[in-house]
Amino acid sequence: MTFSGEFFAFMSLALVAVIGGVLLLNLTKVMHMIIALVFTFISIAGIYVLLSAEFVAVVQILIYAGAITILMLFAIMLTKHDDASEAQGTIWRKLLLLLGVIGFAFAVYIGIYNFNVEQLPSHLHENNVLQIGKALYTKHVIPFELTSVLLLVALVGAIILAKNDEKEAHKE
Amino acid sequence: MSTIPASAFLSLALILFCIGLYGALTKRNTVIVLISIELMLNAVNINLVTFSKYGIKPSITGQIFALFAITVAAAEAAVGLAILIALYRNRRTINIDEMDSMKN
Repeated sequence: MTFSGEFFAFMSLALVAVIGGVLLLNLTKVMHMIIALVFTFISIAGIYVLLSAEFVAVVQILIYAGAITILMLFAIMLTKHDDASEAQGTIWRKLLLLLGVIGFAFAVYIGIYNFNVEQLPSHLHENNVLQIGKALYTKHVIPFELTSVLLLVALVGAIILAKNDEKEAHKE
Repeated sequence: MSTIPASAFLSLALILFCIGLYGALTKRNTVIVLISIELMLNAVNINLVTFSKYGIKPSITGQIFALFAITVAAAEAAVGLAILIALYRNRRTINIDEMDSMKN
């Protein structure tokens, strides 16, 4: 492994991503946790650029760092958030969970640490958006159209669930 | 040609997945649990995009799959938060340990 600029970029992006995740676990205020996670999302977009997926990187910034973060912030503002997130569970439960997660990570790491397929030259970085558009509208056109139905159902469902029911309010 | 081995990207995705898993299992606030699940889905997307470049036969399909996964994750977050708001209106809590009315 040579010490190239690409390697340096990968290491710094990965470091920011992992630090954001660890801060999510360790900070006490809910608002700070979400702000920490924005750094993780943006550096994951950088990782996508390294993997020659520019369009996915832009979508990542738009949807995760933009929409989903704002949605979560609104959910926190609308609910009670002043009690931080107090740790009232037993220490044993957390310790057992930590051991389980580390065991899982170790088991998967054994499988992937020397994964190395012979790298073939790819053309993903040339006209990335054009390639994605062509593939979406030819090979994957049926899932693409079904996605619109899914989004419509999610929109209607979210509005109906979150809507304040007038009749119920009158009964109380 | 890239100088970074594929296992580096896979390891990063594994670390992020484990952070999300631990957060989803230990945190009390339901919003944080939901956002930990989003982190896990992000780790899966990194794997998909990695294999679209480093796989046995590189192709654009991995990136398309990642885009679909992002769409479904956004829909899931919206519906999950709507359920959370409805629950908060009725029960006045977002503590995940108190949401046990289906238990008894």
